[in-house]
Amino acid sequence: MTSSEVNTDMKARTLRRHMKESMKNLGRNGWMTFASVSAVTVTLILVGVFFVIMMNLNQVATTIEEDVEIRVHIDLAATEEDQKVMKEKIEKLARVESVEFSPKEAELDGLIDSLGEEGEAFKLFEQDNPLNDVFIVKTKNPQDTMTVAKEIEKMEYASKVKYGQDMVENLFDFINVSRNVGIVLIIGLLFTAMFLISNTIKITIIARKREIEIMRLVGATNSFIRWPFFLEGLMLGVLGAIIPIVLISFLYHYAYGYIAPRLEGHFIQILEFNPFIYQVAAVLILLGALIGVWGSLMSVRKFLKV
Amino acid sequence: MIDMQDVFKKYPNGVVAANGINVHIAQGEFVYVVGPSGAGKSTFIKMMYREEKPTQGTITINGIDLGKLKDSKVPLLRRNIGVVFQDFKLLPTLTVYENVAFALEVIEEEPKKIKKRVMETLDLVNLKHKARMLPTELSGGEQQRVSIARSIVNSPKVMIADEPTGNLDPETSWDIMNLFDEINNRGTTIVMATHNRDIVNTMRHRVIAIEGGQIIRDEQRGEYGYES
Ligand SMILES: Nc1ncnc2c1ncn2[C@@H]1O[C@H](COP(=O)(O)OP(=O)(O)OP(=O)(O)O)[C@@H](O)[C@H]1O
Ligand SMILES: [Mg+2]
Repeated sequence: MTSSEVNTDMKARTLRRHMKESMKNLGRNGWMTFASVSAVTVTLILVGVFFVIMMNLNQVATTIEEDVEIRVHIDLAATEEDQKVMKEKIEKLARVESVEFSPKEAELDGLIDSLGEEGEAFKLFEQDNPLNDVFIVKTKNPQDTMTVAKEIEKMEYASKVKYGQDMVENLFDFINVSRNVGIVLIIGLLFTAMFLISNTIKITIIARKREIEIMRLVGATNSFIRWPFFLEGLMLGVLGAIIPIVLISFLYHYAYGYIAPRLEGHFIQILEFNPFIYQVAAVLILLGALIGVWGSLMSVRKFLKV
Repeated sequence: MIDMQDVFKKYPNGVVAANGINVHIAQGEFVYVVGPSGAGKSTFIKMMYREEKPTQGTITINGIDLGKLKDSKVPLLRRNIGVVFQDFKLLPTLTVYENVAFALEVIEEEPKKIKKRVMETLDLVNLKHKARMLPTELSGGEQQRVSIARSIVNSPKVMIADEPTGNLDPETSWDIMNLFDEINNRGTTIVMATHNRDIVNTMRHRVIAIEGGQIIRDEQRGEYGYES
């Protein structure tokens, strides 16, 4: 056996010992363990639901934003020559990427298609099309939509200029506001959970005062003494992530099953169950672990001075 | 082995518990530290295993300059010093065997070696037959022997004891002293603070008397020198 083998062997043994110690502590502090895990659980359920909603809203907003186009309705009075001039003028604008001409026949077809069965009625208009020809303008940057639209509005023969920016901006505003409110709420909860964990660890440290004193006396290293407390915090945090993950998986599974079919055929989508739910689980476990380790770190630093 | 040069210790509350101590203790010596209550005996001893740091002066143990020793290296120093107290500081939920093994487990010794060393040491302190008992099932003298076993199980070069017989009746105290003598005869340096006049005057060793944080007397095969 080489010395490195001896070393890894010792580390595995030490880790086992630390794990055993932390479990023992968890059991010994029954009620505090329960309280801490519950606090983490409540916190993470809220974090999880919030995260799921935010990520989906974000996804929707991003798809809409990417799809933002400006639809310029051309005045019926414009001749073909006028239209050509206008197209060139729009193309010359700095932030415009592409300009596409969509004749009124195509517009009507699109309208009929989008209305499905009810659209059949509009077929009557095929002889006498009341719609305008349209330029579909795309900007290089979605944020530029509004500026470009305003410039086009000033042009001759531009009868109506429409763009989806208003809606996207409203959606982003909503996301931002609810994100801030949510974050404040969650930070409060995170601190509560952390405080409870740190209190649990403090109780453990006090209960094991003599043991710690002897460890110091016989020459155990600081990290050896601290490890079980970090592990205890870690376990409290990770245990608190279990119920939220299971619950949110179920909820999202049903929500997805309900919403996804109803969005079919539209260009907006919600995030697919797989892999999204694994990302959610990873976030929750990581957050639980973080709360736990941080909580124990606070107590270890305060009550386990060298 | 143990060297103190111009050591001062002033506690944060202003009490000066060491007031210019100079002493040299050689490997294998047996030293009693005597003096009235509050003289600074415990402080003298605590500075050796770096439970307290001197405010001034140098302490060298086993070639290690404690003033230059980083906090993170203190555990390594402690592994070479066995410490025994008046209250045995045993863990009540662990058996005799487990209490002794604890000292090796927490310094990550190999399991095979732990078993061998613990059994050897329990044999030395004559408690092999009570290895599975809990401390509460033992007499005071037996508990102190467990605590001694724990302090020497890692074969330290120095053993420090602060009034190890303070809680024991005279007869039991003699058992403990005989054990100390045996450990000393194996080459371990022993420094022991005590108020036990009988022991100091009968089992003769070097005596260092401290008063007001100063060494006022240091004699080979000395006497206790106080009415107790
Ligand atoms: N941690 C401390 N903080 C402040 N003062 C202390 C501390 N420890 C000891 N002292 C003071 O230092 C002086 C010496 O104390 P020390 O414990 O070394 O005496 P001692 O000789 O061991 O006494 P005893 O025989 O009663 O055990 C005393 O006046 C004591 O009050
Ligand atoms: Mg004392």
